[in-house]
Amino acid sequence: MFANARHIDTPMALDPVVLFFILGLAAGLARSDLKIPPAIYDLLSLILLLAIGMKGGIELARQPATGLVHDIAVVIAMGVVLTLLAFAILLLCRLPRIDAAAVAAHYGSVSVATFAVGVAYVTRAGLPYEPHLPLFLVVLEIPGIVVGILLARGGARGLPWRKLLHEILFGRSVLLLLGGLVIGWVMGEQGMAPIAPLFIDLFKGVLALFLLEMGLIAAGHLGGLRGRNLAVIGFALLAPPLFALVGIGTAALLGLSQGGALLLATLAASASYIAAPAALRTAVPEANPALSLTAALGITFPFNILVGLPLYHQMVHALLVAPPPG
Amino acid sequence: MIETSTRSLLTIVTEAGLEAPLAAEFDARGLGYTVTDARGRGTRGRRASQWAHSGNVRFEIVCDPGTAEALAGHLHKQYFAHYAMILWMQEVAVLRADKFV
Repeated sequence: MFANARHIDTPMALDPVVLFFILGLAAGLARSDLKIPPAIYDLLSLILLLAIGMKGGIELARQPATGLVHDIAVVIAMGVVLTLLAFAILLLCRLPRIDAAAVAAHYGSVSVATFAVGVAYVTRAGLPYEPHLPLFLVVLEIPGIVVGILLARGGARGLPWRKLLHEILFGRSVLLLLGGLVIGWVMGEQGMAPIAPLFIDLFKGVLALFLLEMGLIAAGHLGGLRGRNLAVIGFALLAPPLFALVGIGTAALLGLSQGGALLLATLAASASYIAAPAALRTAVPEANPALSLTAALGITFPFNILVGLPLYHQMVHALLVAPPPG
Repeated sequence: MIETSTRSLLTIVTEAGLEAPLAAEFDARGLGYTVTDARGRGTRGRRASQWAHSGNVRFEIVCDPGTAEALAGHLHKQYFAHYAMILWMQEVAVLRADKFV
């Protein structure tokens, strides 16, 4: 218990990767000429996606997960509930139905970058997590987008489903995560040893550079906040902790460990800014893309990285770990 | 004096997310094109090419004037309402006119 208490007290803000994000944010806000070339950004995200998948795959090879189908069904249900919840809250905030559905799709789906920082957090805190969490990450990309599109369109008629499914299932993030997972699972830890220096040992260094760029991008979207709907800004700040609670509840239902619960809470609290915008642009072009991106990327992503993770850690500790009073 | 022919150059600047669907449309019409990354500022804000999803692309198509006008009309109808897209046409003198139908 002492070990846990010590980790709870350690502020995540001291993690160098978070400081890299703040550096990028500051550089962007100060209009510095700092730029990460697009090809480098692509390479960094490619390494991160493969590494997250591989780590899960290696662990799966070591300790095969049981009852995966049931767990995945529960996690999909969580994605649907989160999207409906976001939609209902945004409608209450008087957002037009199409925009409410589009923003809900982003918040029902998940952010791989937030998950990557979450993995760095639980690793640093010494919290083990279930090997199939990366699988949940892949699965959770989908229900939010599908439900959000159905809500925006008021049904499934006339939608380019083939194109959409292709975009979602064969988009680079799902493809690389699943590909990494399978490669890690087939090869196991010993088989992966020759490439571990790049994908496993360099993980945090790559994440640091990636977050530097994310800081620059987030700063760009923060500029778009002016004149935006105040309700959406409030939603982008308040939805993550509320959704993290749903994630913790789901984790309790699945019997996840403390690290697993923290990662599922982080996934629930995160908002997609890659897969969802692309799919929504195809299926619901009349929705305002800047609204969702500003909320997901300009507010929720920085919130989750800087404040959310330590907060969700406290919440997991209080709800799942701490003994009941008395 | 080199012999040249007159064709239309249709230039389209739009959001990067439209690259694949537009390329598919041009392929289906048998039109060749050049596509490059682009960045700039317009009525829908700054479009930085540093990040794939916030960037712009610039399509250039050389074809006969009738085809260019028909294509411009189609793009206007299909994309102008909901996507960031601008396009313009100009007359150009080309060599190897048979390549541009």
